[in-house]
Amino acid sequence: MLKTISLAALALAFSTTASFAATNITWWHGMAGRNGEVINEVAQKFNASQSACALTPVSKGTYEEALASGIAAFRSGEQPNILQVFDAGAATIINAKGAVIPAEDLINKAGYNFDRNAFIDGVRYFYADAEGKFVGMPFNSSAPIMYINDEALKKAGVEAPKTWEEFEAIAPKLKGAGFIPLVQSQLTWQFTENFFSRNNVQFATNNNGYDSVVDTKLNVTDPNLEMMFEKLKAWKDQGHFAFYGAGWNDNQKVFEEGKAALWIGSSGSFGGLQKTAQMPFSATFLPYWGSIKGAGTNSFIGGAALFAMSGKSDEENKCVARFFQFLTSPEIQYFYHKSTGYVAITKAAYELAEKDGYYKEKPVAEVGIKQLLLPAGEWSKGYRLGFYPQIREIMEREYGRIFSGETTVKDALETIENEGNELLARFAKTAG
Amino acid sequence: MAAKRVQFSSPFLPYLFLAPQLAIIFVFFYWPSIQAIQSSFYLEDPFGFGATFVGMSNYTDVLKSSEYLGIARFTAIFTALVTFFALSIGLLLAVKADGVIRGNSAYKTLLIWVYAIAPPVAGLIGMMFFDQHIGPIVELARWFGWDIKVGLDYFDTAFAMIVVSVWKQIPYNFIFFLSGLQGIPVSVREAAAIDCRSGLRRFWTVILPLLAPTAFFLLIINVTYALFDTFGIIDVMVKDKAANNPITLVYKVYMDGFRGNDLGGSSAQSVILMIIVFVLTVFQFRLIERRVHYN
Repeated sequence: MLKTISLAALALAFSTTASFAATNITWWHGMAGRNGEVINEVAQKFNASQSACALTPVSKGTYEEALASGIAAFRSGEQPNILQVFDAGAATIINAKGAVIPAEDLINKAGYNFDRNAFIDGVRYFYADAEGKFVGMPFNSSAPIMYINDEALKKAGVEAPKTWEEFEAIAPKLKGAGFIPLVQSQLTWQFTENFFSRNNVQFATNNNGYDSVVDTKLNVTDPNLEMMFEKLKAWKDQGHFAFYGAGWNDNQKVFEEGKAALWIGSSGSFGGLQKTAQMPFSATFLPYWGSIKGAGTNSFIGGAALFAMSGKSDEENKCVARFFQFLTSPEIQYFYHKSTGYVAITKAAYELAEKDGYYKEKPVAEVGIKQLLLPAGEWSKGYRLGFYPQIREIMEREYGRIFSGETTVKDALETIENEGNELLARFAKTAG
Repeated sequence: MAAKRVQFSSPFLPYLFLAPQLAIIFVFFYWPSIQAIQSSFYLEDPFGFGATFVGMSNYTDVLKSSEYLGIARFTAIFTALVTFFALSIGLLLAVKADGVIRGNSAYKTLLIWVYAIAPPVAGLIGMMFFDQHIGPIVELARWFGWDIKVGLDYFDTAFAMIVVSVWKQIPYNFIFFLSGLQGIPVSVREAAAIDCRSGLRRFWTVILPLLAPTAFFLLIINVTYALFDTFGIIDVMVKDKAANNPITLVYKVYMDGFRGNDLGGSSAQSVILMIIVFVLTVFQFRLIERRVHYN
């Protein structure tokens, strides 16, 4: 009797495992809070859509922590199938030849069609190699846009500026109306990386670092960037621009409370801002300089991409490809776009959102995509610089010193260039 | 008097008893230290595909960097100030609490409970006190015309970091000083009271020398606290962005190694830090311990 029962149990156990013989894949990401919940929802949708693959997302804390744990796991052979890596960490993972399988190869090998042109322009190059082949799969993408406190502009009787020249003209009126005319939340992203793309100025040699890591040098002493920071410093002294430190929220808070007229933040901030802003707001593109020739090109994406790590079985890789296909489908992109505020990365998803009337209801949600869809310039595709998180640290430090009057713009930019070039040279040695 | 000795039946038995502890020390301290020393001589790709032997260049790069020297200078000042204030305020409170006869335990509990707070939580509470928008200390300072901007102004951030670090460590020092004071025999105190009328003088000549072993122990503990355990406080205060804010050497190791993925440079820095702590400990035991009387 006992024997039959145990046999039956055994048979049952086998039959259940057979029916759930899904290939398990893992996805490490650096998102928490609401954005982390949305990732779980995306994974649930994927698992429900088919039975061959089972995806488990794991939150590893912040972007930096996710990258650090991914690297540590890879070194001990315990890497996840998919790792989310943020924009500044892209060079680290793309230059580690053999750590990842290029997303495009993976998808093609699994028998799916991959069309680079399906992605919107500002997205297409950032995680791709010099030939344009997608190494990472863009996932959560954002653009720096300018949020507008509608009441402030109405009170001052001015229009939102398209260029920085226009901003200079309206700033005294905004100040006169009792508002801080301008705040921003990340100088390195909004006034350095995207300054170069929006104004179509070269950021670094070797094609912004795409062509080679050897002998790549920064171009932050460019007279245009120097002019931008001289202006920012002057605006700060005149009370037309305020700076509350390198922390993102310290600067966002002033806008949420309705004290600032204009705030440069991320298109991905839209979801949260709808809940926290205490006044009606709208948004427009990140301004550019009318005085710089060829300015006004698109900005490239911020945010993060998904990388398929190497050293996994073909079966698992197929599942990863399947998931990437699923993720870029218009329905999922639209769902993600709506739930988080990150932009839709494919043209089809953008059209779907438009057709659905989403942008009529929430015009702000469209600003980021529209900015990414602007005509591309020679230098608006992105950058690929090693040890870049450390270079960002140097920039944050020197920019802080400019605003506190400890250094001049010229000296600060020179320091960034010197220390940054040393780091780039060090990186070239590690990647060589 | 013959020294007491525990006799073991087998000569291996004591080693067996020590083995678990030694194993833990080896796995969690010596092994990582050896690895750090090894990787400090290499420039390594983060994913571990290749490492180039570069000799001492990681060390020379770090020591030549003016940024690193600036951080080292701040670390020295920070450690000195935190140790000094945490020790002296802890001692003052212990002496005062020791003198209280009624409500004695209530004072002790109030002073000790702060020690139960984890450093990041202490950092968070401190951050709220010093918050640019809502901090009560910021409001208070504004009354006196001081516009505190933590996270923006180098000096203000340093001030806030030191205040929170000291506040966090006072209870620990307080506990040790208080038990040290209570360990002083009543007869000694009475004799001192007869010989010397001035309370302050009595404290300097009789009580403090008797507290010296406790104070010496606390000095070493406080120096290592300021050097290493303040990491959580600093992390919360600078919110992951060092920017133009002061940081200590151990935070720089973390920034370069875990955020910047520069393993060789970060290892070299941690070896330098190990050497500094080693030298400091030797110095303390050689020079200061001579002035300490244990009996």
